[in-house]
Order: sequence, then C-alpha cells, then structure tokens
Amino acid sequence: MWSWVLHRITGVAIFFFLLVHVLDTSLVRITPEGYNAVINTYKTPILGLGELALVAAIGFHALNGIRIILIDFWSVGTRHQKLLFWIVIALWIVLLAGFAPRQIINIIAEMS
Amino acid sequence: MSDVAVARDSSSAMPEASIEPFTVTLIIRRFDPEVDAEPHWQDFDVKMYATDRVLDALHQVKWEQDGTLSFRRSCAHGVCGSDAMRINGRNRLACKTLIKDLDITKPIYIEAIKGLPLEKDLIVDMEPFFESYRAIQPFLIASDKPEKERIQSVAQRAVFDDTTKCILCAACTSSCPVFWTDGQYFGPAAIVNAHRFIFDSRDEGSQVRLDILNDKEGVWRCRTTFNCTEACPRGIEVTKAISDVKAAILRGNPGLPPSDLTLTPVSA
Repeated sequence: MWSWVLHRITGVAIFFFLLVHVLDTSLVRITPEGYNAVINTYKTPILGLGELALVAAIGFHALNGIRIILIDFWSVGTRHQKLLFWIVIALWIVLLAGFAPRQIINIIAEMS
Repeated sequence: MSDVAVARDSSSAMPEASIEPFTVTLIIRRFDPEVDAEPHWQDFDVKMYATDRVLDALHQVKWEQDGTLSFRRSCAHGVCGSDAMRINGRNRLACKTLIKDLDITKPIYIEAIKGLPLEKDLIVDMEPFFESYRAIQPFLIASDKPEKERIQSVAQRAVFDDTTKCILCAACTSSCPVFWTDGQYFGPAAIVNAHRFIFDSRDEGSQVRLDILNDKEGVWRCRTTFNCTEACPRGIEVTKAISDVKAAILRGNPGLPPSDLTLTPVSA
C-alpha cells in the first residue's frame, strides 16, 4: 500500500512541476530577459533542494512504474511484488547516492 | 491402578495451576445510531489466556460487561466469514486471531471494517458488497443438462483452485483504498468469485463475466496495492486473481489449459 501512496504523491508532485516547467520554458518566446531571470532563481539553495526532491520523486516514480508494469504483465510478478518493491528502493537509494552529493556541492558552490 | 489415577490427576491439575489469565485492554469503536451522532472509542479490560481469540474477548465483554456491544459471528471457526473486523488496523477474522499473536502490552483496537455503511458498533451494511457479488453471476452457467458429471482434469481444476476458498467475509474489499473512496468499484471479493467461474473449464459464461468486469468500475480500478492479498484470512492471492482477470480481458479469453479428458492422473 505504501508503494502506491508514494507513487501517487510523487506523481502529483511531478505533475505540478511539469506545469511550472511548461510555463517557465514558454517564457523564452515572450521575453528572453524574463526567462533568464527565472532560470537564475533556480540557482538559489531552496530551489536547489527542490531539484533534489524532483529527481528523488521522478526516480521513485519511474522505478516503481516499472515494478507495476511487471506486476501487471509478468506472470509471476504479483507473487514477487514485495521483493520487487525492495529492489525499487535499493535502486532508488543508489540513484540518489550518485546524484545528491553532486547536487549539494553545486548548491554550496552557488551560495559562495 | 490408583497410581495411574493419581498421575493423571496431577498432570491435569498442574497446568491449570500454573497458567494464569492476563488482563488485556480492548479499545472498541462503538456506535449506536439511536444515541450517537458520531462513533466513539470505549475501552474494556478482559481476562484472557494466550490460547483465546479476539472473538472470545468480545464475547467476554458482551456476556459479562456490556450486553449492548453488537457484532456478527456465526460459526466462530473461520468458515462462515461473519466476523471480519479491523483489529489493530488490519482486517482479520476475530475468530482466527489469537490473543498471543497480538502485542498485548498495548491495547487492542477493534473497529468495524471500512468502506461499508456502519450500522451499529462492529456491524456494517453488507448489502453493497453482496450486490457486487451478485452482479458477476456467481453460479455455473452451462448449456448442457446436468445428466452426467462434467469431467475436469486436475490441471483444469488447479487453475481456479485458489479462488474457490473465498468465504465472502469482505476483509479484502474493505481493505481496498480504491473501494474506500469509490463504492461503485466491484471490489476484490466480487472479482475473486468471478475468477472462480471465468477460469472453470465447465463454465460457459466466461465472456459475459469478462465483459462485466471490463467496466470503468471493474478490474481496471485495481491499483495493485496488495492490501486485499494481505487481508485475506484464507490466504487467497487476491491481487493475482485480479491480474489474471485483467490478462484474460486483454487476451479476449480465459486461456484455459487444453481439455485432457482421459482421466489419467496428471503427473506432477
């Protein structure tokens, strides 16, 4: 159940990111200066952490999405759903362990 | 002769002297529609043995402390499926849950199953549940007259063996987060019982049932949360049964094993 709850939360969060992302990208056609100003705010520490959360959400949603596909279409998927969930969590941690230190270094570099 | 009698007496008296009942606190969600506007929690202390079940605790409350406590139970041995309730946040049968398997250092929380209209205390209106059950036509549909036995191989029987075990207790359906928010969803129990006939080689109504479940409120509402599989007191792989029905709808047929009517035992 908690994999499903997390899948929903990350899904809704990604939807709202995409909404903002479409808006900020379309700004470049209206005012390139405004676009630059918006993109520069993304370098602030708070939005840096937001990017980290975004990668975490997309990472989980993608990996758990593959798990759900396997549950639906792999004949023994339902029987191994718990194992698949822990594999998803393990891969997710590996993914974040690769990304988080680099992102945090970038955030600190932008602050100074 | 007398030695044996003495020995027997002492052996039967010994454990009785050594095993003491312990106090267990039950916190039960009470609701009396004639008095209460909202359900409320009420606690009871009962003396229990490790071998007692939650149902025995409820009996002790009803028979010795508060006769107004209402709950369903019939066979009290995990067969009739009457006493499904939410015990410590999990749907179980009160008659199959031993006190010793719960953490008795903390109180035991007991409430009615969720998603169905609450009538009184631990009793819910089961009618929406049975309505879904009836809708999937849970009976054999066959065109030939029942003049002789309908032969089925071991392999053909094995396909739907798991879903014949359902006792319609509603533990699965009332554990489903989709059913909680969308009462129109058929729910796991109805799909399990449809599975029992869809994959039965003797039945001819598979296509009808697959069409019924290929509805907006049918199998596609399932989000594979696996709550139903965890709740089932009969150990039915409920989510797997739902997945089997989804696959059959996509395939367009149940995809049963070929008929093997030689009646020779199938080698394992």
